Amino acid sequence: METVNLKINNIPVEVPKGYTILQAAKAANIEIPTLCYLKDINCIGACRVCMVEAKDKNDRPMRGLLAACVYPVEEGMQVFTNTPAVIKSRKTTIELLLSTHQKKCLSCVRSNNCELQKLALEYGCDEDRFTSEDAIYEIDEQSPYIVRNNNKCVNCMRCVAACKNVQTVSVIGAIRRGYQVHVGSPFDKSLNDSPCVGCGQCIVSCPVGALTEKSDEDRVWDAINDPEKVVMFFTAPSIKATLGESFDLPIGTNVEGKMPAAIRRLGEGVKAYNMDFTADLTIMEEANELIQRITTGGTLPMFTSCCPGWVKFVEHYYPDFIPNLSTCKSPQAMFGAVLKGYYAQKTGIDPNKMFVVSVIPCTAKKFECTRPQLRSGDGDYDDVDVALTTRELARMIKRAHIDFADLQDEDYDLPFDKASGGGVIFGATGGVLEAALRTAARTLDGDFKKIDFEEVRGPEAIREVTYEVAGIPVKVAVTSGLGNARKILEKIKKGEADYQMVEIMACPGGCINGGGQPLQSDSVRNYVDYKALRSKALYDQDKTSAFRCSDESPVCKMVYDEFFEAPGKEKAHKYLHTSYVERGNKMN
Amino acid sequence: MAENSLSFKGTKAQEEELMAVIAKNKDLPGALLPVLHEAQEIYGYLPIEVQQMVADGLGISLSEVFGVATFYSRFSLNPKGKHQISICLGTACYVKGSDKILEKVEEKLGIKSGECTPDGLFSIDSCRCVGACGLAPVMMIGEEVYGKLTPKEVGAILDKYINEEGGKQ
Amino acid sequence: MTIEELNKIKKEYEELVMVRKVVKEQGEEMAKHTGYRKQVLVCGGTGCTSSGSKKVIAALEKALKDNGIEDEILVVRTGCFGLCSLGPIMIVYPEGCFYSQATPEGVERIVKEHLKEGNVVKELLYKETVHEDGSIISLSETNFYKKQMRIALRNCGVIDPENIKEYIALDGYQALYKALTSMTPDQVIQEVLDSGLRGRGGGGFPTGLKWKFAKGSEGPIKYVACNADEGDPGAFMDRSILEGDPQCIIEAMAIAAYAIGASRGFVYVRAEYPIAVQRLQIAIEQAKEFGFLGENIFGTGFNFDMEIRLGAGAFVCGEETALMTSIEGNRGEPRPRPPFPAVKGLFGKPTVLNNVETYANIAQIIYKGADWYSSIGTEKSRGTKVFALGGKITNVGLVEIPMGTTLREIIEEIGGGIPNGKKFKAAQTGGPSGGCIPAEHIDTPIDYDGLIAIGSMMGSGGMIILDEDTCMVDIAKFYLEFTVDESCGKCTPCRVGTRKLLQYLDKITKGQGEMEDLEKIDELAKHMQKSSLCALGQTAPNPILSTMKFFKDEYVAHIQDKTCPAGVCKSLIRYEIIADKCKGCTLCARNCPVKAITGTVKQPHVIDSTKCIKCGVCMSNCKFGAIITK
Ligand SMILES: Cc1cc2nc3c(=O)[nH]c(=O)nc-3n(C[C@H](O)[C@H](O)[C@H](O)COP(=O)(O)O)c2cc1C
Ligand code: SF4
Ligand code: SF4
Ligand code: SF4
Ligand code: SF4
Ligand code: SF4
Ligand code: SF4
Ligand code: SF4
Ligand code: SF4
Ligand code: FES
Ligand code: FES
Ligand code: FES
Repeated sequence: METVNLKINNIPVEVPKGYTILQAAKAANIEIPTLCYLKDINCIGACRVCMVEAKDKNDRPMRGLLAACVYPVEEGMQVFTNTPAVIKSRKTTIELLLSTHQKKCLSCVRSNNCELQKLALEYGCDEDRFTSEDAIYEIDEQSPYIVRNNNKCVNCMRCVAACKNVQTVSVIGAIRRGYQVHVGSPFDKSLNDSPCVGCGQCIVSCPVGALTEKSDEDRVWDAINDPEKVVMFFTAPSIKATLGESFDLPIGTNVEGKMPAAIRRLGEGVKAYNMDFTADLTIMEEANELIQRITTGGTLPMFTSCCPGWVKFVEHYYPDFIPNLSTCKSPQAMFGAVLKGYYAQKTGIDPNKMFVVSVIPCTAKKFECTRPQLRSGDGDYDDVDVALTTRELARMIKRAHIDFADLQDEDYDLPFDKASGGGVIFGATGGVLEAALRTAARTLDGDFKKIDFEEVRGPEAIREVTYEVAGIPVKVAVTSGLGNARKILEKIKKGEADYQMVEIMACPGGCINGGGQPLQSDSVRNYVDYKALRSKALYDQDKTSAFRCSDESPVCKMVYDEFFEAPGKEKAHKYLHTSYVERGNKMN
Repeated sequence: MAENSLSFKGTKAQEEELMAVIAKNKDLPGALLPVLHEAQEIYGYLPIEVQQMVADGLGISLSEVFGVATFYSRFSLNPKGKHQISICLGTACYVKGSDKILEKVEEKLGIKSGECTPDGLFSIDSCRCVGACGLAPVMMIGEEVYGKLTPKEVGAILDKYINEEGGKQ
Repeated sequence: MTIEELNKIKKEYEELVMVRKVVKEQGEEMAKHTGYRKQVLVCGGTGCTSSGSKKVIAALEKALKDNGIEDEILVVRTGCFGLCSLGPIMIVYPEGCFYSQATPEGVERIVKEHLKEGNVVKELLYKETVHEDGSIISLSETNFYKKQMRIALRNCGVIDPENIKEYIALDGYQALYKALTSMTPDQVIQEVLDSGLRGRGGGGFPTGLKWKFAKGSEGPIKYVACNADEGDPGAFMDRSILEGDPQCIIEAMAIAAYAIGASRGFVYVRAEYPIAVQRLQIAIEQAKEFGFLGENIFGTGFNFDMEIRLGAGAFVCGEETALMTSIEGNRGEPRPRPPFPAVKGLFGKPTVLNNVETYANIAQIIYKGADWYSSIGTEKSRGTKVFALGGKITNVGLVEIPMGTTLREIIEEIGGGIPNGKKFKAAQTGGPSGGCIPAEHIDTPIDYDGLIAIGSMMGSGGMIILDEDTCMVDIAKFYLEFTVDESCGKCTPCRVGTRKLLQYLDKITKGQGEMEDLEKIDELAKHMQKSSLCALGQTAPNPILSTMKFFKDEYVAHIQDKTCPAGVCKSLIRYEIIADKCKGCTLCARNCPVKAITGTVKQPHVIDSTKCIKCGVCMSNCKFGAIITK
């Protein structure tokens, strides 16, 4: 490999040719602050926060300051990252941003986790040095899942890059030019009028409080304080691997035991269930559906349907593939149906009085609970009343002043407490397919021994594997991120692929990187593989699980025995399966 | 946002013309700008319906089309007047007082730059140099260029158009 | 096309065209061999078309027929002569009579009296060409032309831009032939390097060096591109070249393509220039037809083709990377450099981008040699530069001067001085990226480095002359308004910085400024220079910085004394009636839109300044000059 020698703050480093100054500095353990740069997502050199001073190989000062995130290293150059000129430039740039910023840190959900705020503090910026301007943008809060407040936007275009380049959905973009530039949907309509899939990747890319989930915390607090309501929480598989980050625990800390403890402390009688159970239930239904499709000549490949971002993507952009989507509800939706269907009947609690709260990694699931197709009862209620993101749950725990980090582990509430390792790994890309394979293989071939299908786990963007199960070759593909999904779909469309089953998760890396997960700043995202750390927490738990396959779950067994009879049976179908609609890819 | 509330009145013939333009340019690298130019020629402006057709035709998202359409000042989201008045605010014209010409036109028509009279007859815009700097200050009405103007002459020039339209202003 | 065929066309058309370039007597001799007794050149450039040259041409053709001399007189529609303010322009050869502001009626007289009967219509001639004693001089002998040296504009106003043969007659495509058949690409590049030619688009980067880098870049596909976006408002030299001599751009681009190893070219033209676009389109078609574009040019195996792309009204698209992003079909936002276009340009391929005027010099350099070219101009700025002279100057127009000519020569000799007896205050060059040259630097020789040294820049060639009635704060504000409008908004220092600067200037011109605003302006300006992504933001503060440097007192007057010394800034001026001069005609009172003026007939009137909205109507109405601003 060709390398380049240079000095950063007088420290000699040798780095591969083509490295940016930012990368080279990191190699010398020097960090340079960034704002618009986001590894693998956005690299446009726009914010001008990462400026550095440099001299060329002849010791001559280079003109102006250089943007470290885009400037490639040159042989013999000397870079200075903290000179007075550099500090001054960064400070002025941040002050300029602040002058047009709606500075409401006190009530901003990003406070303490905001990159602009952090920079302002680091550089001792005076937020009023250049005349402040009024908020001029209307806040877009029409969608059930995302709020955009452009008055806090720094125009870094990270959200646009995530939506356009990573997800290839491109429902937001830069509008107008100059000082009037702002991000929004075509014709400045609401995001809700656009074919947005709700994945929330824009939110997790945003360095500031311009993009947030639509908060449902107050509705949950109200329910908790309403003596009429029975409040039932359940937490999605990936939450255990991320919630700790909101309480300063290291990335990848598994907090499964602390979650029920914390949720119970939110209010009297609040139940905490384990959604990994409905992940198992999903597998029971999905594995059965796959076998049915294979043996009866159904539509193949079958696509997983547990990710509502992906489902909405198909509904908007690839309606021809709707028959390929498994009819299984997502684990969240199944849980709602189990509670308001099966459990209401079993316990005699009026489903109208149940207040079902899912804790999910995801903004798309906020949209999902509003889907009319998911109402399994006859009353005027959604099966899941509120979907809370990991971040919202963390805020509720903080408001309740629960000492989260030191909580002793507790078990989930009965009867929905246990799940298999297969249910646990749902939270990472490849997990659903692996869990399905475990169960499908054992169903087809009682002697099948393989449990770890490591081939589908990653890290390649698209994984294709063929397994021999009971003499049948089962060809599968796995990917995450909708840009990759599009590639697979185009391949199938062109007849270049003949998979039996495909797992797709809208968020790159799966739910552990969902749009509702705790936000990690650039200084982490640009250098640490946080997705791998989070996934590892799930796979570690899977390894030590008492049972690994969904079909071994006693909770699943119970619900089938008491209510649903068997996978694919009529009642299971009524409560655990759903249908999809064609949505069109145009603005409303 | 200055988005027009008038309903879209595209004709079949216009649509066919646009489709032909798209078909002709589809494989051209960087086709979006040439197509938007021609689309605006055909419709006079670029409403959402037209941008959607362009987006579909070229296989790009509406968001990208809209981003481009709002970046360049020649693309308009609103219909223009039958007589498009454009006052040059380029340097050569500015130092010869074209801002006063603009003021005069605005006063006379009762609308601001960037707007269109309610009857749809006149719209005013400013531009940055049409290359006729030798004639500064310059105003264009449609294709017609009026050079070496004084604010006083503006009234008479506009009256000519107003009278043509039945003196409605 | 072979060289023999090329030379045949050249020979055939040479005399016809040379009639327009030589002295009268020689021309008369030549005219005898051309079949035309006289030739009438009428300008069909944007300026003259705007002032009615189409009607003039129609009238001319009709009158020639009516007088039965249509076969003896050749009518040629040319591009811009550079004196658009005198348009429509008409020149009669071989005598070189220069008729200005031609009208259809005037043309009838000229046809009858001059073209038919041989009597020059003196009253209709441009006054500078008629001496007091009644003798007539040709256009090239006027002050306006005498000091000029035309290389880039050599064919403008001389040939019919829609006839490739006239271009060929004046050595057209000889340079391309020479390059393709007797020079290696490296030799071509060396010649351009040796000529000392620097980019005329504003940056002044050595053209040969740029070509050398692009040649050195790997890859089978490369592009050449021409920047005809001409964004500087008030500059129109690129427009004139495209309208007057489009073939010279095609030839130069072909030479550049040969030099770097490209086979495809793009010209990015601003959409505001319909005539230029049309002429260029015609020129491309003719060049294809004659085999100067296409495959196997001059039988050498060299292929080259080109197309036009239209801009859509964005100044920033003149910036090289933004221009490429725009051609690629995107929002015209600049990209960080490196990578430079010579390495990774249009569609990710190595690309050479040059300005129109830069290209306009190329064929001459190759044909006549680097030594010839580099003998013109100053040590670090070789050759000539075209300026669009505008503003408060008598001869508004395009001038091409050798580098090193002083500002004084341009203003006083070529430009004919400041009209209305006003005093020269400053010259603005470089447009929104440039600055002002104040009166004290009027003897500065004009070249790249000289202008930068005094805080301005060459820019693309807009030169706006300002007189004592100009408020320098207002001018700075004008340019800031422009850059605020035209910033792409991608990077923070420019997107927000330009806006803040404008807010401060706005405050100052409204009389609300504070002295510390000047410090903030200075701080922001320096910040933008250092930290903006592209040269738009890096240079946007120049108009303020240079006016603050040379006219600080005006800023201070606005801030501390709350006055606008030039009487321009509305909020700071007061309209007053000088009682002594007022005749009491009541005209002003009747016209004041807010009834701020009172007085009785034949008595001096007074203005109630609390009511006055400063519209200026009264002042322009008063026939006795009794109303002044303070
Ligand atoms: C904001 C901005 C606007 C520009 N506008 C023009 C223009 O209108 N025409 C032009 O030729 N160059 C323009 N330039 C300079 C070009 O970026 C580029 O340097 C030039 O076209 C290169 O050609 P040259 O080397 O022949 O001058 C502009 C630069 C900037 C930063
Ligand atoms: S986005 Fe950041 S800087 Fe802005 S109000 Fe919120 S916390 Fe404060
Ligand atoms: S941090 Fe400072 S500004 Fe913020 S609330 Fe506390 S005292 Fe007030
Ligand atoms: S939620 Fe996903 S699809 Fe919607 S705007 Fe954000 S990134 Fe794009
Ligand atoms: S919304 Fe956030 S991510 Fe998007 S441009 Fe604004 S600050 Fe950046
Ligand atoms: S991958 Fe997970 S977090 Fe992302 S949209 Fe799908 S379900 Fe939600
Ligand atoms: S300097 Fe201005 S024009 Fe250039 S990239 Fe930045 S915002 Fe855009
Ligand atoms: S300037 Fe206008 S408002 Fe003031 S007195 Fe004169 S006419 Fe009246
Ligand atoms: S127009 Fe002039 S002269 Fe007449 S009343 Fe007014 S100030 Fe006096
Ligand atoms: S410019 Fe480098 S991080 Fe924004
Ligand atoms: S500045 Fe007005 S035409 Fe050029
Ligand atoms: S356009 Fe006729 S002289 Fe310039």
